[in-house]
Amino acid sequence: MWFFSEEERMLQDSMQNFAQDQILPLAEQADETETLPEGHFSKMAEMGLLGITVPEEFGGAGMGCVEATIVHEELGAVCASTALTYLAHTILFVHNLATNGSKEQKEKYLPDVISGKSIGGLGITEPGSGSDSLAMATMATRDGNDYLLSGTKTYITNAPNGQIFYVYARTGDGKKDVSTFLVENSFEGFSHGKKIRKMGMRGSPTGQLIMDQCRVPKANRVGKEGYSATHMMRNLDIERITIAGISVGIARGALAVAQRYVQEREAFGQTLSKFQMIQKMYADGDAELHAAKSLVYEAAKRWDIAKSEGRPLGKKGALWAARAKLIAATMATKVSLDCVQMLGGYGYDREFPVERMARDAKLNEIGAGTNEIMRLIIAREELN
Amino acid sequence: MDFSLNDIQTEVIDSTRKFAEKEIAPIIDEDEANSHFRRELFPKMGDAGLIGATAPGDYGGSELGIMEYSLILEQLAYYSASYAASFSVTALPIKIIEQFGSEEQKQKYLPDLITGELIGAFCLTEPGSGSDAKSLKTKAEKSGDNYTINGVKQFITNGGQADVYIVMVRTDEKEISALIVEKNCAGMSVGKLEKKMGMRVSPTAEMLFENASVPAANTIGRPADGFRVAMTALDSGRISIASIANGISQAALDKAIAYAKEREQFGQRIIDFQGIEFMLAEMATELEASRWLTRRAAYLHDNDLPFSKEASMAKLKSTEACMRITTDAVQVLGGYGYMEEYVVERFMREAKMLELVEGTSQIQKLVISRNLKKD
Ligand SMILES: Cc1cc2nc3c(=O)[nH]c(=O)nc-3n(C[C@H](O)[C@H](O)[C@H](O)COP(=O)(O)OP(=O)(O)OC[C@H]3O[C@@H](n4cnc5c(N)ncnc54)[C@H](O)[C@@H]3O)c2cc1C
Ligand SMILES: Cc1cc2nc3c(=O)[nH]c(=O)nc-3n(C[C@H](O)[C@H](O)[C@H](O)COP(=O)(O)OP(=O)(O)OC[C@H]3O[C@@H](n4cnc5c(N)ncnc54)[C@H](O)[C@@H]3O)c2cc1C
Repeated sequence: MWFFSEEERMLQDSMQNFAQDQILPLAEQADETETLPEGHFSKMAEMGLLGITVPEEFGGAGMGCVEATIVHEELGAVCASTALTYLAHTILFVHNLATNGSKEQKEKYLPDVISGKSIGGLGITEPGSGSDSLAMATMATRDGNDYLLSGTKTYITNAPNGQIFYVYARTGDGKKDVSTFLVENSFEGFSHGKKIRKMGMRGSPTGQLIMDQCRVPKANRVGKEGYSATHMMRNLDIERITIAGISVGIARGALAVAQRYVQEREAFGQTLSKFQMIQKMYADGDAELHAAKSLVYEAAKRWDIAKSEGRPLGKKGALWAARAKLIAATMATKVSLDCVQMLGGYGYDREFPVERMARDAKLNEIGAGTNEIMRLIIAREELN
Repeated sequence: MDFSLNDIQTEVIDSTRKFAEKEIAPIIDEDEANSHFRRELFPKMGDAGLIGATAPGDYGGSELGIMEYSLILEQLAYYSASYAASFSVTALPIKIIEQFGSEEQKQKYLPDLITGELIGAFCLTEPGSGSDAKSLKTKAEKSGDNYTINGVKQFITNGGQADVYIVMVRTDEKEISALIVEKNCAGMSVGKLEKKMGMRVSPTAEMLFENASVPAANTIGRPADGFRVAMTALDSGRISIASIANGISQAALDKAIAYAKEREQFGQRIIDFQGIEFMLAEMATELEASRWLTRRAAYLHDNDLPFSKEASMAKLKSTEACMRITTDAVQVLGGYGYMEEYVVERFMREAKMLELVEGTSQIQKLVISRNLKKD
């Protein structure tokens, strides 16, 4: 982006090299085997990516939302599964803990997640509550110096492979009586559900967190009891902006493949790129990609500016994040499907990456808040 | 104008549904996950009278029209797009041999293709030529009473499973011919089996020809008829693909409606949110438009009226509608839609294929425009 600083450009460069050299070669395998390639987390840790937004005093890189979005875009351009798993770890767990946790909690948990020794995730969604997240049923009840958590979180990224989870649970009868707990997978009463098979993002493991009278020390409650509902919503802003970054990456990656392909492949005595119907698909995709990208980085930049000025964006933050996510996610699905089309039969073949990119892209219209919920947020801010 | 279905058509729909409920529905989800093709379903489809629907009675066919055939495909695709695709491909050799073949060829191949004892395939596409099929390079050289074939065919549905291959070859610089090649022909072999985005039960393979020798008597029609043969088959093939699209769309719509009625969020059924209501309304409208465009193309065909433009319109509209409908069905189911267990994601993966085969969407637009320019 035109406004990137020197540091941001350097990060972008090194991420591009890293993604090409380390992540791209394993992207097909990740999709095929439905597992995150061994070693991805330690490589990302070496690059200093796992604590990207965490202040340096806690071992992080001390960067902001623009940088985090750059990382997601670059990973998304080669392997969206890796980007999604990275997001669940770094934004949903690490960033949330660094933002909301106590000093003791940060000192206890951040080193291992920043070094990649343990993998984190976040649990909001339940079988009965997705978009209506505050209708969650998981209950936390006090038992001496502990809480006992009971309930099931579903469709949780990194649930099958993670060790530590940022879990929301109900601590009272009011709709907003929600609290946050740091739940280790070694805690009594905790079990991982089975890995769930998906259309795309297959290298990013998705599963359930099953808690049956799961014993969690009181010291692992994040923030005050019953005060998490607002945090939960606010934390979603950076999640939505970074996931929008993944969408930008997917579309960019798919267009790059199509761009090469249509300039090489010939039909009717000329390269495909000479046909106006191909030009339209490519040009529309290219223009929509850049429109989405501008919006996504504007949302990220606003997030950073607000943070540096110490005035949270509040509802305006939710609005910008919703705009960015809605546009980027719908754009990526359309553009990646068009890229399959530009490759003809080869696009449908799993030897080319575009069909994977199309399967991956669709997730972002659903995860982290559906398109419909993004529209509700925009309408709530702009129409009432 | 009469939009109603007659008794035969209603019966065709019923019997196809019954067949698919019994034979396909119980096994398809697992088979799609494992790319497992069941050859034994073909004789069963034959038994149910589905394969030879349009073929002449003399060879065991039912002498129905493309309209009825379209209804069959729509119902089959409702249960399995993969089987509908494989089925529509086995029907291509039947159609081609029936229309252009010699009496001997008809006697030899039609009865067994119609019972499903034999499976058919159609080999036009090559690694270097898809839309521009005319530039195909596979060569057949005549020596005595035989042709010797050399070349590669790409993306061949039923490749490796089929017994009877219709292969488009260049018999001369300017001459494309259609040859019948049997499974056990020495020199023909199965290359790479493609791994695809969807339609995983339906095999798609590369077919390799290395000095494959067939009798010159295996030529369909005269030499040089090949391209016309292929294009005629594809014209009605477009109605088939449109019908498959409509079947998938109906399945996706049904699943989306059923789910939206059950699922509650924010204290109400999600089907009562306008965000879901308009999506479902648009899906249903798109499907209805597609279906009637398809049936009109079938009607024109069955009444010996020009139908090429309408077949292209039906294919373009139905497959693009199918892509949108299946993508929206995933959306209606939210996170559940993205999971294999809930099946709609499969419909979305299947839909994409239909925008590519038997002439891509772009090629349909060219055909339609060519017709518009005519007068
Ligand atoms: C691959 C994957 C990874 C995920 N990772 C995580 C994770 O790490 N942590 C986590 O907590 N969750 C995760 N999720 C869950 C995700 O956030 C939810 O799937 C999502 O919020 C939607 O919820 P739902 O699936 O229950 O759909 P529902 O909320 O049931 O929605 C179904 C449909 O109804 C629509 N709808 C709902 N309410 C309204 C309304 N008021 N107006 C109009 N339309 C409405 C929706 O837009 C959707 O189209 C993940 C999901 C997937 C698929
Ligand atoms: C699952 C599957 C099964 C198949 N089964 C069979 C089969 O059984 N038998 C068989 O012979 N083939 C089969 N095919 C091949 C299929 O028919 C071709 O893939 C299709 O014709 C497109 O050709 P192509 O892949 O070479 O793409 P190309 O022709 O290279 O097209 C690439 C892109 O360029 C566009 N394009 C091409 N020409 C023009 C133009 N003039 N103007 C504007 N745009 C243009 C196309 O629309 C497409 O978007 C199958 C394909 C698939 C994916």
